[in-house]
Amino acid sequence: MSLQVENLRVHYQTLDGRVKALDGATFSIEDGEIMGLAGESGCGKTTLGTSLIRLAPPMTYIEGKVVLDNTELPVWDDRAMRKFRYSEISVIPQYAMSAMNPTRKIGKMTAELLKARGIRYSDVEHEFKQRLELVGLSDDVLGMYPIELSGGMKQRAVMVLSTLLNPSLLVADEITSALDVSSQRAVAEMLTEFRDRGWVKSVIFITHDVSVLAQIADSIMIMYAGKLAEKAPTGSVISAPKHPYSKLLIESLPEMGVRHAERELAGIPGKPPGLLHPPEGCRFRDRCPIAFERCHEQPPFAEVAANHMSACWRAEEV
Amino acid sequence: MSREIRHPEGPPGVPTTSNAPVVDAAVAAPLADSGAAVLGPKRKRNEVVYFALRNSKFLLGMVVLLLYVIIGIVGPRFTDHAPYEYVGPSNEAPGSEFWLGTTTFGQDVYTQVVLGLGSTFAVGLLGGGLATLLGMAIGFTAGYRGGWIDEVLSMLTNIVLTIPQLAALIIVAAYLQVRGVIIEGVLIGLFGWPWIARAIRAQTFTLRTREFVDLARLSGVGTAKIIRREIAPNMSSYLVLVLILSFGGAILTGAFLEFLGLGPTDAVTLGTMMNHAVSWSALQLGLWWWFVPPGLVITMIVSALYFMNVGLDEVFNPKLRKT
Amino acid sequence: MRRYFGRKLLLYGLTFFVAATIDWLIPRFMPGDPVRSMLARAPQRSPAAVEAMTNYYNALFGLDVPLWQQYLNFWGSLLQGDLGVSTWLPGQPVTDILVRRIPYSLAVLLPAVLLSWWAGNRFGAFAARKRWLDNTVLPIGYILRATPEMWLGILLVWILGIQLNIFPIAGAYAFSLSPNWTSPVFLRSVFLHWLLPFASLFIVMFGGWAIGMRNLIIYEFESDYSRYLQAIGAPQRLIRRYAFRNAVLPQITGLALQLGVIVAGAVVTEIVFAYPGLGLTIYQAIINNDYFLLQGAFLFIIVGVLVANFCIDIAYVLVDPRTRTGMQGGTA
Repeated sequence: MSLQVENLRVHYQTLDGRVKALDGATFSIEDGEIMGLAGESGCGKTTLGTSLIRLAPPMTYIEGKVVLDNTELPVWDDRAMRKFRYSEISVIPQYAMSAMNPTRKIGKMTAELLKARGIRYSDVEHEFKQRLELVGLSDDVLGMYPIELSGGMKQRAVMVLSTLLNPSLLVADEITSALDVSSQRAVAEMLTEFRDRGWVKSVIFITHDVSVLAQIADSIMIMYAGKLAEKAPTGSVISAPKHPYSKLLIESLPEMGVRHAERELAGIPGKPPGLLHPPEGCRFRDRCPIAFERCHEQPPFAEVAANHMSACWRAEEV
Repeated sequence: MSREIRHPEGPPGVPTTSNAPVVDAAVAAPLADSGAAVLGPKRKRNEVVYFALRNSKFLLGMVVLLLYVIIGIVGPRFTDHAPYEYVGPSNEAPGSEFWLGTTTFGQDVYTQVVLGLGSTFAVGLLGGGLATLLGMAIGFTAGYRGGWIDEVLSMLTNIVLTIPQLAALIIVAAYLQVRGVIIEGVLIGLFGWPWIARAIRAQTFTLRTREFVDLARLSGVGTAKIIRREIAPNMSSYLVLVLILSFGGAILTGAFLEFLGLGPTDAVTLGTMMNHAVSWSALQLGLWWWFVPPGLVITMIVSALYFMNVGLDEVFNPKLRKT
Repeated sequence: MRRYFGRKLLLYGLTFFVAATIDWLIPRFMPGDPVRSMLARAPQRSPAAVEAMTNYYNALFGLDVPLWQQYLNFWGSLLQGDLGVSTWLPGQPVTDILVRRIPYSLAVLLPAVLLSWWAGNRFGAFAARKRWLDNTVLPIGYILRATPEMWLGILLVWILGIQLNIFPIAGAYAFSLSPNWTSPVFLRSVFLHWLLPFASLFIVMFGGWAIGMRNLIIYEFESDYSRYLQAIGAPQRLIRRYAFRNAVLPQITGLALQLGVIVAGAVVTEIVFAYPGLGLTIYQAIINNDYFLLQGAFLFIIVGVLVANFCIDIAYVLVDPRTRTGMQGGTA
């Protein structure tokens, strides 16, 4: 499978005007690739992930093309997208812990959902139970109400439920953000396991936490203020980033074993621009240490090294 | 019976924007704006006024309400009759001399309506205001103190809530040989507070655990001061809504009570007018000018209040505003 | 679940106790002499008769013994079902009068409440789907709920009963007929007399339920589980079904909260239509200063409301599957 996204623009319609939350994203993902999507809050990563699966108001589709497995996805058409959802493209939402109907037993809900999609529950029941077992949930879960499960259990159940039909693309939206470190690792590894077993082909793993991505992602895409900043294999991004924002981001991560006396923790001074009226040109230029006059012109998201994209005029020098 | 709109877990009768009785909905609504508290109370007030004046439902309700207030104040100037005085031929249809016609006893209906309007407002304000005060006091205390005080007050609230308000009012009022507008208002207020107490208690619970209250408590500020300075301002928007609904409910309950013949013995009210009309066969005689206006006025005023409530709810809770 | 019902029963027991005590307390602490005012309206006028009756009622009220004993006597007779004797219909036990009248109230009230609840819920859920319907339904619903029930009753009587002469306007059946439950003429008469009071209550309550349901459904549509189902391509049908099932729960508890309003509406409606139920009885008791009858009616209402509350509690437990696992779902 592969995903190609071309110049996707999605804005938010608000009382005050149009917020340009996602302003022209072009990238692609290969079969079996786990791509991490990272960036600060408000950078557009969730908008990107959500728009691939369900573009609902106040999100407004402006332009762009999304092709999954050589088929164009009509992301602007809510009804037309329905047949792709769940079977081709699926999501583990940020609110996974409250994503199940509180007044339905989990097994019953799954059966009704599948039936509504034209699939007989008995056909997938065995597989469903096996997968639940893999993530550490026993069969009894099927006869329980969501309220009887812990937060982590609910999330794992949703993970299995979302991938039951073996979608080509899975969008995992901040699934580790609410967890403690050891659970984070467990969940991240579960995701890798899913991919390795072929339950999902590719994954977009959205998070603000780059360190998790360093563990399991094949490639990392960094976003800033609604635009793509950099995309490259994980190793390259971590050790040799080619965008000043990525570099500062990586550097701001605390490193094990290094003490404050030896090296102070660095942040990135300033804050991202508002997206109601974003600045012209590169949106990072106000905070960028190597900005120069040309930065008033928006740099293209171009290939600056093998398989390495960056949106910076001075990518080489980073 | 108080027919206040339920908001969020609110009074019996009319439903409102978020009927979900759970506390989090209760919190989400007016407290969604508590972030604006950071801007300072003045800016927040201006913001509220700005949006309120542009909300069609609120405006419509407000205009209608003001219209009736004006009629209530100015209306009596246009008549020099006493409400129960015999001033003209009986059963006369509305005309140039008697704008709303006359009753079976030759009384001027117009006079009765405009004076009744005033009484109705008085009952509503008094009953609604008292119910709100009581509900606030009991709800705050229960929510803030917790423990056994909460248990006792909650049980009390539930008991009064379960007893039908009108039934209780009937039982009490029936024994009073002489009744005034004030007594009527007070009685209504005395039995109409439970839904308010419940809702305020829920709000207080959530506010109690918020950081700024903890801060105030740490710095040794007394309980009463904390309530006044930290909690109440955050609930102010909610209190406004409660007051509006309480006012409307009291008007309706008053009308019911008066229709049963238990209204003020010394003043004319809209409910009493309807009682007289029905008792004296106005229906069979087709004296519509006698029984239609009082009910119409009540319906319009209470509707206006409900509209204002919905509109203000949208103003306070931006999520409800239609883009 | 036992704890849940235990609490409820405690509440209802206490409520009955408090209500009955108020019932007993009020006449004794109000200004004026209730017995005298009662008898002022009684048919007998000769001084000897009045004095005999005064003594009789004073004894009946138990006003000649100390207060605490009066209170105990009150509970004693109450538990035996003795609510005293009416003065307006002299000699008839209050309990008998009320028991005769109650079926009429229930005949109008139960269908009106249940049907308006069911229909209002369905309609509200439906209105939530269509924008244009939504915009007209909401204002109309609010205005309906703002209408005092007696006024609507008055309008119905005047327009449909008098002007258009379609429906009768008083009584439970035509005055010329005597009760005969096998006679179609009689049954038809009963039905025609029943229809308008029923409709009057139904219309007002329907609006309230519809608005409530519409708001709840919208709230459910915005919940996480709805969003998730939409994200994984579930058809609207399924989402609507779940939303409706979940929204019904607060509507059930809402029914309990509205009982007081319903009672008020029923009482005044009966007065307007001269329908011989509990409400009309209360009115007649008020006019005739028949305090025994009034107090008895009050207790009847209290008991009715408590029973209804309990039934609703049971219904809630049956409908909300979470309560059966021992967890408290929704409101207590």
